[in-house]
Amino acid sequence: MLNDKDRIFTNLYGLQSPGLDGARARGDWDGTADLMGKGQDWIVDEVKASGLRGRGGAGFPTGLKMSFMPKESDGRPQYLVVNADEGEPGTCKDREIMRHDPHKLVEGCLLAGFAMRAEAAYIYIRGEFYREAEALQSAIDEAYAAGLIGENASGTGYKFDVYVHRGMGAYICGEETALIESLEGKKGQPRLKPPFPANVGVWGCPTTVNNVESIAVIPTILRRTAAWFAGLGRENNTGTKIFSISGHVNNPCNVEEEMGIPLKELIEKHAGGVRGGWDNLLAVIPGGSSVPVLPKRICDTVLMDFDSLKAVQSGLGTAAVIVMDKSTDIVRAIARLSSFYQHESCGQCTPCREGTGWMARVMDRMVRGEAEPEEIDSLLDVTKQIEGHTICALGDAAAWPIQGLIRHFRPELEARIAAEKEAARNRVA
Amino acid sequence: MSMSDINTADQPATFEFSPENLEEAKKHIAKYPEGRQASAVMPLLDIAQRQFGGWLPQAAVRHVADMLDMPVIRVLEVASFYTMYNLNPVGKNFVQVCTTTPCWLRGSDEVVSGCKKALGLKPGESSEDGEFTVIEVECLGACANAPMMQIGDDYYEDLDEASTIKVLEALKAGETPESGPQSDRKGSEPAGGLTSLQENT
Repeated sequence: MLNDKDRIFTNLYGLQSPGLDGARARGDWDGTADLMGKGQDWIVDEVKASGLRGRGGAGFPTGLKMSFMPKESDGRPQYLVVNADEGEPGTCKDREIMRHDPHKLVEGCLLAGFAMRAEAAYIYIRGEFYREAEALQSAIDEAYAAGLIGENASGTGYKFDVYVHRGMGAYICGEETALIESLEGKKGQPRLKPPFPANVGVWGCPTTVNNVESIAVIPTILRRTAAWFAGLGRENNTGTKIFSISGHVNNPCNVEEEMGIPLKELIEKHAGGVRGGWDNLLAVIPGGSSVPVLPKRICDTVLMDFDSLKAVQSGLGTAAVIVMDKSTDIVRAIARLSSFYQHESCGQCTPCREGTGWMARVMDRMVRGEAEPEEIDSLLDVTKQIEGHTICALGDAAAWPIQGLIRHFRPELEARIAAEKEAARNRVA
Repeated sequence: MSMSDINTADQPATFEFSPENLEEAKKHIAKYPEGRQASAVMPLLDIAQRQFGGWLPQAAVRHVADMLDMPVIRVLEVASFYTMYNLNPVGKNFVQVCTTTPCWLRGSDEVVSGCKKALGLKPGESSEDGEFTVIEVECLGACANAPMMQIGDDYYEDLDEASTIKVLEALKAGETPESGPQSDRKGSEPAGGLTSLQENT
């Protein structure tokens, strides 16, 4: 288990002041100018050496992504865009950073933005997080007033601005190119890649989009060294991570833990265990609604990191752990996610626009068992026709929960169909 | 929302920002590079909606288009794409109940039934006196404090039927109930005692 001395987000629960004084007491904004003095390449190399992988779901190496930004400007300004459009069901970690430890994010914007030769950071926060946007703006205002950012950021002579941009309710804007479209004042519909944002991003300028947590851990990594961060977790899955634990546990919570902690240990140590005990566990969605569900037998031993969860055909995603005990109607739990994706499809690509609605309607019938057994296979087939056939990953995200359900709970679907057929026969008789 | 869902009877003929809101709008426009003022369309529509009592009339859509030098249809596309713009009037207390899986697992059905008991409203309904509108929404990102609802700008978390009713009754009585977890924990710490960060408190 992670020691407190190795925790980055020491005000995760808001027990201390989120303001600049509190942040400084927690070690933020300490020697920022010295870190910048080591140069842009040093920062990128340290982030690379730390092994940090993107905390927003995809797990792409953050330092590598930073290195894609042009080193020589062709005259276009460059931007850092922070993805704070947290909306993946189960995920509620960035909210805690923004309302309780916002200076970690603001300082991270400066350091990462400087390393990527950006002149400003735009933090795109979901519109419903109104109070969190207020907390973040207040931290930004404090940082400007203290000269930490602005015309002469932290006294380095580097000019750097940080702005908050509120979304207005669209899960799809968590997809980086949809987010960029939205920031430009348009409907949030994803763009085709290439060109990639590092070449053509917001307003046609080089842009990198990073998750809140990815940016907020960078100042601590630079201060405590890449080796420290890389020494936590497992190879290729390093560092610490905020886990959001929800559903049928005794004490749902957010907690920062070491990457690679066993799922069972995570739930038992921090969330008070599964309601009714570990043996009452039915299944866990380990990384937010998009990743496939895992049955108890896999949960018994699986480790919580990118590679371990990929090896069991699921994913770490946002590390949002949704726990379901044996009282759960697993078909309804997944069907509710299908209607979520139907609601959130932006409508641009036909397989997703039509497919999410079709899957949601079939899933609704599966909940009641009003289906033919062979429809399970046609449902699986449709998920495969959507997966990989859309501009963005929302199509995949809508397909995977159903694939996970069929992979691990097919007998439940079959039993429900059989029971409904039996009930129908009795109704006729 | 489709355009045919917009109720034409409620629409005012004109819309102007108040002087304070005009200042606020200009501050938003200044955040974006020269010539990229269209980026301010979302905050401006939000300010207009707040000024108009929680919903966005078509006159405001036209006014914002004019201010930002955008075609009206582009602004209307934005207003109809994002779910937080209400293109029809809503109650003074806009109650949004999250029913996505993490909230549902923790009993969002009870929050829905609490709304029904306290207000007589099912999701999608508004009270005749214009005080309350209840809708069902997708994940609001407070899953470790599920189930929850958002009223106006505030989150009410760790709900059950009784606490939902208590919050709504307080609003009915003209009080401002305290937002956040309706249990005795702070934020998203584990109930029953911290399991980390003990030494920092």
